Amino acid sequence: MKVVVAMSGGVDSSVAALQLVEAGHEVIGLSMQLYDQQQGTTQFGGCCSLDDLHDARRTAGVLGIPHYIMNFERQFDATVVSRFVREYADGRTPIPCVQCNADLKFAHLLDRAIALGADYVATGHYVRSSPADGIHAARLQRGVDAKKDQSYFLFSLTQNQLSRALFPIGHLNKREVRALAKSASLPVADKPDSQELCFVPNGNTAAFIETRDNSVARSGPIQNRDGQQVGQHAGVHRYTVGQRKGLGLSTHEPLYVVNIDAPTNTLTVGPQSALQQTELTASSVNWIAGHPPGPSCQTTARIRHRHPDATAQVELLPKHRVSVVFDRPQRAIAPGQAVVFYDGDTVLGGGWID
Amino acid sequence: MGHIYLDHNATTPVAPSVAATMASSLESVFGNPSSVHRYGQHAKIAMDEARIAVAHLLGASPTEVVFTSGGSESDNLALRGVADAAASSGRRHLVMSAIEHEAVLHTVQALTKRGWTSTVVGVDARGIVDPARVAEAMRDDTALVSVMHANNEIGTVQPIPELAAITHERRAVFHTDAVQSVGKIPVHVGTLGVDLISLSAHKFNGPKGVGALWIRRGTRVHAQLTGGKQERNRRAGTENVTAIVGLGAAAQLVATKQDAVPEITTLRDRLETGILAAVPDTALNGDPTTRVGNTTNISFRGVEAESLLIALDLEGIAVSTGSACSSGTLEPSHVLRAMGFSPHRTQNSIRFSLGLGNTTDEIDRVVSVLPGVVERLRVAAGGGRR
Repeated sequence: MKVVVAMSGGVDSSVAALQLVEAGHEVIGLSMQLYDQQQGTTQFGGCCSLDDLHDARRTAGVLGIPHYIMNFERQFDATVVSRFVREYADGRTPIPCVQCNADLKFAHLLDRAIALGADYVATGHYVRSSPADGIHAARLQRGVDAKKDQSYFLFSLTQNQLSRALFPIGHLNKREVRALAKSASLPVADKPDSQELCFVPNGNTAAFIETRDNSVARSGPIQNRDGQQVGQHAGVHRYTVGQRKGLGLSTHEPLYVVNIDAPTNTLTVGPQSALQQTELTASSVNWIAGHPPGPSCQTTARIRHRHPDATAQVELLPKHRVSVVFDRPQRAIAPGQAVVFYDGDTVLGGGWID
Repeated sequence: MGHIYLDHNATTPVAPSVAATMASSLESVFGNPSSVHRYGQHAKIAMDEARIAVAHLLGASPTEVVFTSGGSESDNLALRGVADAAASSGRRHLVMSAIEHEAVLHTVQALTKRGWTSTVVGVDARGIVDPARVAEAMRDDTALVSVMHANNEIGTVQPIPELAAITHERRAVFHTDAVQSVGKIPVHVGTLGVDLISLSAHKFNGPKGVGALWIRRGTRVHAQLTGGKQERNRRAGTENVTAIVGLGAAAQLVATKQDAVPEITTLRDRLETGILAAVPDTALNGDPTTRVGNTTNISFRGVEAESLLIALDLEGIAVSTGSACSSGTLEPSHVLRAMGFSPHRTQNSIRFSLGLGNTTDEIDRVVSVLPGVVERLRVAAGGGRR
């Protein structure tokens, strides 16, 4: 098989490439240049920066595979960054990694890979997949390493995308991945994991959003749940539901953001208990099998990356929406995050929390 | 079948004879050319031979040749050096064409941040500078006009003798970047009538990291690297003797390989005709006649050049999207833009540049492989699999 590996320069995608080379496939490394690399002094979050592209190239050299850097700055800006900024301006808490996967890696990069004659695109995600077999649709499953599982970020993949996707490290845990990198003498074996959002310089999300859309930096009222003003905020893009820091309030009881209303530029705060909710609705729902499991179903659901799974009743609503009722209250359900549904280890699908 | 290299405008392989000359020099000549003793003398002699070879290639005097680290440094020394020398006379205006190499473009831009003004003269749709436009751009305070001899992306040859004459009428200095013309067409100081010529060894089967600036006697150029008195006070620093020896050997090779030029042109024409006939929706960029014989630049409608370049590399065929210096950027070619092409056409364009060693079989293989590769890319671009 001819496989294109999306190489970020990190240890995970490097070992993904290694696994494929060792399995005897014809492997081509592609790295995406995603944002302007000219600002030499700025610290990016540790993915796809110039140093990372350099690491990817060195790794490809060690593996003896061809490697190319493709410029996706324009597409990244259009599909990921613009939406990220708009969501924050709308008082929501976006997850740009989902778009980066579904609308960039398994879209533009996949198109390029197929144009190069490749059969598959592989990534270094900690997830597993199984192909469609005539009876069952292609499935996406959690990675074996529960701490590293990235299935939450891939809920929006379609059958077409999954049928072209390979996840060569989904059956490994991080320790094994590093050990494989070391034994193959990959130059990135000891490279730290990336943490921050890759395109936000110095990890300062608020400042980044302001450089893209300075209309968001408007101060507005902070009110309690009774509608009484208790303070001022410096722009709704600085806050997330469940956040306590940065409110500038001095109260004996800790207060948290419980609601962000962008049209009126108002933050509502409340005590810890006010964050506990049992219901949500979600939009633009994707079912990986191509159709929902039924008009109504009992599943486990996850409202945030690394949030514990919880059992919930999911009811279909018109226009690709769902309502979700949890058996137990969930803390800080944040609009803009995804709710992702699982059946055991299998990802059923997910949608965007309203 | 082995790999096919069609990117000679980016760089050329070092000719075996050049490599052999360099290897023997590296082993036997280690002295500092500025030293008085015999070790120094040997190095000096080796360098002088190279200087004579370069001068001979240009039809110039050896004392007019300054060795540099390559084309970019030669361009920098020419532009900054002339600008500095002319500053005291109040001449603070520079003229260049819109299709210059970045080494000229960005150097002029840097000078404009230091109080110089500049005029950029456009080109026509063929990629050729109109001398009348240069004449219009000239001012009483124009110090220097810089127009490249042959363009790196499309190969068009500029009317240098005419442009130099216009420049001299206004008592300004004329520089030409001949990095892409040496070895491909005659570069003769008498015929061209210019004052400064930049050249780079690795574009004509010499090593990287070495080049020369020819400075007509009497042209005032201030040194940009200061220190020792090397290169007649025009470029300080202990000379890169081995590389300079390589430059000299490559310059000699140009003279002995003159019969290769029409052969390469024949191959280029075979490639160009073959591609334009075999691949639908293609177009030639640049002038079909007024250009160097090794270069063709072709647009493939609806095909992203970046992907085509990679697809061809996977087939063992090395080409380029234009200038090697622009790889990895999204900036569409400033040369094709200056010719008035749409952003789409500039991003659909591939440069094929031939050189010594290319064969008819290689060209025929490229012509046979390209239609399938382009078709696959076009189908994928029309995709809609999501």
